[in-house]
Amino acid sequence: MRSFLNLTWVNLKLYIREPIATFFTLAFPPLMVLLFGAMYGNDPSPLFDGRGSMDVSMPAYTAMILATVAFIGVPITLGGYREAGVLRRYKATALRPFTYICSDVVANLLMTLIGMVGLVIVGWLLYRVHFEGNVLTVVVAVIFCGLSMCSVGYLIGSVAPNARTAQVVSMVIFYPMLFLSGAGIPLEIMPATIKKVASFLPLTYVVKLLRGLWFGNSWGEHLLETAILSGILVFGAALAARLFRWE
Amino acid sequence: MKEVLQVQELRKAYGSVVAVDGISFSVREGEIFGMVGPNGAGKTTAVECLEGLRQPDAGSVQVLGLDPWSGRLALAERIGVQLQESALPPRLRVAEALRLFGSFYQRRVDPEPLLGALGLADKRSSPFAKLSGGQKQRLFIALALINEPQLVFFDELTTGLDPQARRSMWDLVQHVRDRGCTVFMTTHYMEEAERLCDRLLILDHGQVVALDSPEALIRSLDAERRLVFSITEGQTAPDLAGLPSVQRVEQSAQRLVVYGHGERFVSSVVYALEDAGVPFLDLRTEQPNLEDVFLALTGREMRE
Repeated sequence: MRSFLNLTWVNLKLYIREPIATFFTLAFPPLMVLLFGAMYGNDPSPLFDGRGSMDVSMPAYTAMILATVAFIGVPITLGGYREAGVLRRYKATALRPFTYICSDVVANLLMTLIGMVGLVIVGWLLYRVHFEGNVLTVVVAVIFCGLSMCSVGYLIGSVAPNARTAQVVSMVIFYPMLFLSGAGIPLEIMPATIKKVASFLPLTYVVKLLRGLWFGNSWGEHLLETAILSGILVFGAALAARLFRWE
Repeated sequence: MKEVLQVQELRKAYGSVVAVDGISFSVREGEIFGMVGPNGAGKTTAVECLEGLRQPDAGSVQVLGLDPWSGRLALAERIGVQLQESALPPRLRVAEALRLFGSFYQRRVDPEPLLGALGLADKRSSPFAKLSGGQKQRLFIALALINEPQLVFFDELTTGLDPQARRSMWDLVQHVRDRGCTVFMTTHYMEEAERLCDRLLILDHGQVVALDSPEALIRSLDAERRLVFSITEGQTAPDLAGLPSVQRVEQSAQRLVVYGHGERFVSSVVYALEDAGVPFLDLRTEQPNLEDVFLALTGREMRE
């Protein structure tokens, strides 16, 4: 437990010291609020069932933070650590491999939650954004979605032969998903073809689930999203566990 | 003498390449044991089998009474490891690394004295990426000692370091042993092995070529020693080649090189010169070293 807590704390600190990852997790989402808030404001709109543009951006940007952590933070760090021999060094200690993975996952989930809290604070200060759900439910959902997306990130990090490849694969997955899943730009303003494409992107289901719970829906109204994300989680985690290499 | 490590017929192959080919040896408590050999001899593979990082194909290994592969975590508590190739997260700071690695073990020492002993006290807040090669190696030694191990493995500790850093590393290794920790080290520098090791195993192509103390290995060669000196101009050297311990003499102008064997070699040459009343200058003897031992045993030069 001592090693788990220490490692989680260190991993959090290391994440924050990484300027690019920190920018996209902590600074970029509030900047989006500033930019798109200035453009669209937060007046109630029929497009979003009478909610404002910034209201619906809160769960959407949370999904964006989650994707940043899962598709940029996880694979690039894992690939880089393996390539440099950091994982080898950890493996040669009395640290249990399982403890290492758990601590890395928890640090990444905490980072996601910290990013979300920062985003909501900015959204509330500037636009008094609405929240109609249950805080605990939303936090559980963020953790669930985070685990699901991170399992894909670990899978990429496990199969990528080096940090460079991990980075390229991550970018190729991350950027289209950012713009086409409703995380960066609401799907409501997108043409039908894009909506069709979006239905094949895992992050789309994260956005749908988080937005629904954010505005008071119950899990029961999101069985499809829950099932798809659970499937990704089970499949991704099982495959990552099989393919994970320390060196 | 108590043994801390026993290896019987250890074998490890990667596909058709046999890296370690049936080696047997043991390490005694409190010694500095060296495994030397050229790059690619199988040293790192052998060490990693002892550390529990690789599973041997055949043979038995006992380290501190444990099987390193099946008892890896239990063994890890009691040994220290410095790997030939490894790194820390680039932004992890020195003091953080020591605290973090300490937390991985049940038994751990206070990191502060370790930082001081390894000359890292003023680097405590430096990130790993900003350390020099020597500082990184010293940090890795500190990490290897954080759990107060009974046995520590140093794999190619000084490779890539400049001569000065290498020498300070040697002092550290001796210091570690003086604290009561058995040291197992690998190196491809014969000079380093000769300087540090109580006993050493010469490994070549995955096999044990020799195993003894450096002095005994050199003595066992019974190799020629050389005596080099100059005589003043106009003097003629006596007939040194006729002495029983001398094999041959080479002379160019005033400079003589005498080749010979045996305990009385040097004294008999010096006595003959004195007896003939021939003054000599700059006398020195050249001993065979471990490089010569390796050459004699394998028929090849150690390659860098």
